[in-house]
Amino acid sequence: MPITVANTMNSPRDVRPTVAADLTIPSDAAEARRIQDEIEQHLHARHVSEHDIFSIKLALEEALVNAIKHGNQMDRAKKVHISYQLFADRFDVQIADDGGGFDPNDVPDPTAFENLERPCGRGLMLMRHYMTEVVFNQRGNRVSMSKVFHSGGNGKK
Amino acid sequence: MSSQPRRRRLEVEQIGDVTVVNFIDRKILDEQNIQVIGDQLFSLVDQDGLRKLLLNFGNVEYLSSAALGKLITLNKKLQGVGGRLVLCNIDPQIYEVFEITRLDKFFNIQKEEQAALQAF
Repeated sequence: MPITVANTMNSPRDVRPTVAADLTIPSDAAEARRIQDEIEQHLHARHVSEHDIFSIKLALEEALVNAIKHGNQMDRAKKVHISYQLFADRFDVQIADDGGGFDPNDVPDPTAFENLERPCGRGLMLMRHYMTEVVFNQRGNRVSMSKVFHSGGNGKK
Repeated sequence: MSSQPRRRRLEVEQIGDVTVVNFIDRKILDEQNIQVIGDQLFSLVDQDGLRKLLLNFGNVEYLSSAALGKLITLNKKLQGVGGRLVLCNIDPQIYEVFEITRLDKFFNIQKEEQAALQAF
């Protein structure tokens, strides 16, 4: 079944999310883990496919680590704001940190030969691969990600 | 932040002159956790003087890019002392993460442990 993904985040929506939440946590890995587990439970409960759950988990992990480590510089006093909405056909999440932001275009290509041996710099690339859409705000301290679900997955997104 | 003593994250066994490492954690996530796993892997080289490491990912369901970073560092460390690192038993979903980041060609990845033991 072909799925068109154009303008997924700008389409008018008259469908309410099955599950939605707006949360704020300190910059703490255990707190982030709690939210990730909560989201995973919702995805399982709604029978989202295993591969889609894997993809969302991976992108969430990368985005939350980025927010805590890079955005908030590991300062526990700084907050991470997470909002998510689960629909029958997709999952949307917005993650914002209290940091000064960055330019996503400044991140070097981790697959370039000279960067391959660097121990970091892959998070953004993985987010973009595993999610249907990844959009940053102007400042670069808020990312909106969306995953359109595939049923009966026969491979890649 | 946890203040409990660091528990072992690795199961280590010797097969000939190859050290086979299995991960106890099914999910290699969290900066802190990855730091501990990384330290335990590095100490196999630095403290125990092991040179042929085979990492068996059979138990691993999930890992993040920070874990990839530790593997890269481990690989460099082993190369620096004339050692070798081989990875095996990586499930297709996890393997895709290596492919996307072009690390599938960077590491020596074998399907199963038997074949991997021959790769040294």
